[in-house]
Amino acid sequence: MIVCSGLTKRYPGGYEAIKNLGFEIAGGDMVFITGHSGAGKTTLLKLLGAIERPTSGSLIVNGQNLTALRKAALPYLRRNLGLIFQDQKLLFDRSALDNVLLPLEIIGLPPREAQRRARAALDKVGLLEREKANPIALSGGEQQRLAIARAVVNRPTILLADEPTTNLDPDSARQVFDLFAAFNQVRVTVIIATHAPHDISGRKPRLITLDHGRIAP
Amino acid sequence: MNTWLRQHLAAFRRALRRLWAAPLNTLLSLLVIGITMTLPAAGYVFLDNLKTLGKSAAGVQQISIFMQTGASADVVKGVEQHLEDKVPGQWHFVPRETALNRLKSTEGMAEIVASLPRNPLPDAFIVEPRDASPETLEALRESFASQPGVAHVQLDSAWIKRFDAFLRLGKLAVSLLAAIFAAGLTAVTFNTIRLQVLAQADEIQVARLIGATDAFIRRPFYYSGALQGALGGLAAGLIISLGIRALATPVAELASLYGSAFALQGLSPQFFALLAGIGAGLGWLGAQLSVSMALHQME
Repeated sequence: MIVCSGLTKRYPGGYEAIKNLGFEIAGGDMVFITGHSGAGKTTLLKLLGAIERPTSGSLIVNGQNLTALRKAALPYLRRNLGLIFQDQKLLFDRSALDNVLLPLEIIGLPPREAQRRARAALDKVGLLEREKANPIALSGGEQQRLAIARAVVNRPTILLADEPTTNLDPDSARQVFDLFAAFNQVRVTVIIATHAPHDISGRKPRLITLDHGRIAP
Repeated sequence: MNTWLRQHLAAFRRALRRLWAAPLNTLLSLLVIGITMTLPAAGYVFLDNLKTLGKSAAGVQQISIFMQTGASADVVKGVEQHLEDKVPGQWHFVPRETALNRLKSTEGMAEIVASLPRNPLPDAFIVEPRDASPETLEALRESFASQPGVAHVQLDSAWIKRFDAFLRLGKLAVSLLAAIFAAGLTAVTFNTIRLQVLAQADEIQVARLIGATDAFIRRPFYYSGALQGALGGLAAGLIISLGIRALATPVAELASLYGSAFALQGLSPQFFALLAGIGAGLGWLGAQLSVSMALHQME
């Protein structure tokens, strides 16, 4: 459950990327945040992922008010969020499996259980056979699916994806969206920022369209 | 195994892997740390050996008590009783006749002694107190000097005092040197860990985004710093041990020329452990400062 009201993000220098936003997202929803470049999609996603702090207003994610959240509590909040970035942020000094193992090492899961869960996540995104491959050897679509495996391995309640299909061909993009739909079917809240309307066609997600930091009418 | 312990073990393994992943860098760092620690540690070992040498030097701990030439047997007995009551250690009585005979047996002295009208030598006590600190020896000298029938108490306290002062000065110099080199070691670890943090910047940022606590991020670097420090300490111990081994024979030969059985003392396992512990502590400190600064800059 996400509730925000009067949400504003102002960067040093005075630029307001998000202006007085208010909306609610229920658990298990699938939401697309759309808008032109610079509309504030990425900033909103960063606020939802506690990567950025709101300047003012209220933002409650999983029952925690991010405006007042202590710095020490941030890691524990993020463990319940699956973050997927446009540039994937994969680690190229280790295998695909080790990339997926990282969130499980962070929570201190026993190695055997961690391996089992990481392989299950890789299997889910169709990369189990590439577990030993370095991410650099994977295609763009495979890298994005690997990033999804890493995001979901901790069984988060909310998935946040920022432009996840920007650099993918239509087939790879479809595979990625199928994965999001599959996670959404098991009550994971999925929030995707995208500027490409064709990503949305054929699905029935809720749409939040941003325009210059405000929700477009 | 609980989560806390498992995470520490994982961090320790990650630190080992990082050291192993760049063997040349690791070796060079260990050499720098080892040499940095060698100088003050070798100074300490040198002073420790010097202290042993001072203690074993013949005559240094002896006090000679010369009685008045006319002192009666009762007066001598009184001094003997005082020694038994007040002085822990060894002592023996040298009667004036024995002293004269010893003098006679000295080459070239027989004729001179024979020409003397009477025995000019006094009865004497040679005392070797268990506690040979300069303060104790001086207190004993004063105590014997005030005994009835005692003509003179001889103690080479000035030599001992000078030697003791030299040792104290040496200790101070070694301590100052150790403090300077400790700062140097911390700086070396600081820089090594800083480079490691920069090399791992991507991993750190990703780990933060997916829920890593600061402790999780810092831990492997702390272990890395402590490991480097500990291994550097052991390297310093090894260098000093090799040095002692190389010097042992020439020093023993030199000592034997002076009639001494002095031999250089090697390093004990406890000293090795101490060097490793100090190295680990300073490495940990350097890592802590470095990681705190680097993470702050990343934020």
